[in-house]
Amino acid sequence: MTTATEVKPRIISTAQSIQEALVEEFRRDERVFVMGQDLQKGVDGGTAALFNEFGGERVRDCPISENAFVGAAVGAAAVGMRPIVTSSCCFMWAAMDSLISQAAKMQYMFGGQASLPLVFRMTELWGGSMAAHHSDRIHPLFMQIPGFKVVMASNPYDSKGLLKTAIREDDPVIFFEDRMAGAARGPVPLEDYTVPFGVADIKRAGSDVTIVGVGGMVNMALKAAEQLEAEGVSVEVVDPRTIVPLDRDTILESVAKTGRLVTVDIAHKRCSVASEISAMVAEHGFGSLKAPIKRVATENVHIPFSTALEPLCYPTPDKIADAVRETLA
Amino acid sequence: MTVDADRAASESLEGSRDLLIEMQRRMLRIRLLETQVMKLVKIGAETAGPYHLYTGEEAVAVGACLALRDDDYITGTHRSHGHPIAKGGDLRKAMAELLGKRTGYCKGKGGSMHLADFSIGVLGESGIVGSAMPTAIGAALGSKLQGNDRVVVCFFGDGAVNSGPFHETLNLASIWKLPVIFVCENNMYAITTAARDMMAVPEVAVRASNYAMPGVVVDGQDVVAVHRAVATAVTRARTGDGPSLIEAKTYRYDDHSVGLQRIVRTPYRTDDEIAAWQGDRDPLTIHAAYLRDNAVMTEAELAELQSEVADAIADALTFARESPFPDASELYDDMFTVPISAD
Repeated sequence: MTTATEVKPRIISTAQSIQEALVEEFRRDERVFVMGQDLQKGVDGGTAALFNEFGGERVRDCPISENAFVGAAVGAAAVGMRPIVTSSCCFMWAAMDSLISQAAKMQYMFGGQASLPLVFRMTELWGGSMAAHHSDRIHPLFMQIPGFKVVMASNPYDSKGLLKTAIREDDPVIFFEDRMAGAARGPVPLEDYTVPFGVADIKRAGSDVTIVGVGGMVNMALKAAEQLEAEGVSVEVVDPRTIVPLDRDTILESVAKTGRLVTVDIAHKRCSVASEISAMVAEHGFGSLKAPIKRVATENVHIPFSTALEPLCYPTPDKIADAVRETLA
Repeated sequence: MTVDADRAASESLEGSRDLLIEMQRRMLRIRLLETQVMKLVKIGAETAGPYHLYTGEEAVAVGACLALRDDDYITGTHRSHGHPIAKGGDLRKAMAELLGKRTGYCKGKGGSMHLADFSIGVLGESGIVGSAMPTAIGAALGSKLQGNDRVVVCFFGDGAVNSGPFHETLNLASIWKLPVIFVCENNMYAITTAARDMMAVPEVAVRASNYAMPGVVVDGQDVVAVHRAVATAVTRARTGDGPSLIEAKTYRYDDHSVGLQRIVRTPYRTDDEIAAWQGDRDPLTIHAAYLRDNAVMTEAELAELQSEVADAIADALTFARESPFPDASELYDDMFTVPISAD
């Protein structure tokens, strides 16, 4: 647990905590700059304040050339800058060659000649009737491709601390911003702090069932845990916070205690983070399990526009609670 | 703007004898390295995977790189042996990498298509066509943001001109006035497809006007002409006037990669065409004549240079052969600067 308790913290939103992290890191290190679309007017992610303080050289509005500006971030990092790219994850399909062929592979393929201090902030804005082109949740892909460290934060405190770690890290980091995590509010101290990669946080302690959620699904899992508490079921909610590196030990220790596991991911179920964590526990913690593992994730279908259909796709607290009940049946 | 290559080549080059000799030395290094690689690949016992030789195109990389400072940057292509050597790279590290040894440029992780030498600004060659073009403008953006005057040469082929990154990077480089020189090695073929069949507008340089930058056609077999054109673009880039596009007309002597003719049995180039380029159009022959005609080097001195470079290639091969392969324990090394557990 890394939550600071010494200072009475303020309650702010995740969006605000991310903005604070950016401003503070921009002030701390002049090599940090950001590229993306519509940043200066702040359409995506409250970057207008950054522009007002640091100007257009460091807050760079880009044309709709995702592959070029993502690749440019790689080149700038290779010569000593610390670029941040901000985008909806849905637009990153157009940048996949730069992401995979260059950002992910450059350090290894050139034998460690380059360090690439890169951060890709990718928003995952599902659930807004935006249909299939604007509702993607693509984070499991980057768990599969070596070369990225991948952050999935669930609350304002972790978001700020993990983003600071990401900006200071000398490796390519993808920082996913889940819509549900973005809406969260919580305590964030005023003083400088970071949250380390690869250290899970137990967001709620319990003894009967372990739920591992990632990103905003942690908050949904906490809601499910409240429902289940009324039924006398004690749920432990583990938040990995980074999916690469993944804190296997904390997850396995929790499952060793509870003997039951539900994994929750907002990505499509097939080959999701829920799948990977389930496989990891089946491989390394099978002896602890008292019941089959359950995965709760998004239906393997494109996200439809209609408000009659879209909500059917995603995990809900009820679906998570049902999965927990099944492990206890 | 167009450079008249014949006129440029016939003019004296600021009387720089050392530079003119260095051009021939670096072209010879590439030529003799590639000759050695070809021999090794044909025997096959020490090589692995495809090798794309730069033979025939030496004047492009050498003319361009000798217009740069050591602290300037370049990015390149899968045809990756020529660019780092032209930039002044280490033959031993190059040869060791080509044989997959731990003493190679990339510790045996990159191989033939991915030579890189960050210590002299060679930011890596890309196996994916067009893929390193955005990297190049990023390095140029780095120069701009750091307030230094380093420039970037981005090498790419005619095949890359039809890929999306060409458009995206030229536009972005132009609107941000980045210090980058786009050097198209137009060798007329992307593997087997002729550029004339794949481009709606076959001239590459004319596309520069779409991006409000100068476009220049240059004889890519004439190292002096390439140098002159690139030097002009470098000056423009270094003084903050932005990018340029240079189309070097050149030719690869060998197949797309060594041995591809075993798979691609249908000829896509005529013997006459190949012979014409390898004859009067050979970049080393052209420059040797220039050196003799302008009394820069005698025939004996040229022979001595050839012998010096041959010795260096032999030394590099010995070094590579005597070097160890990477150890199994090195498999995960350099995945990250701050390592994490393998799974």
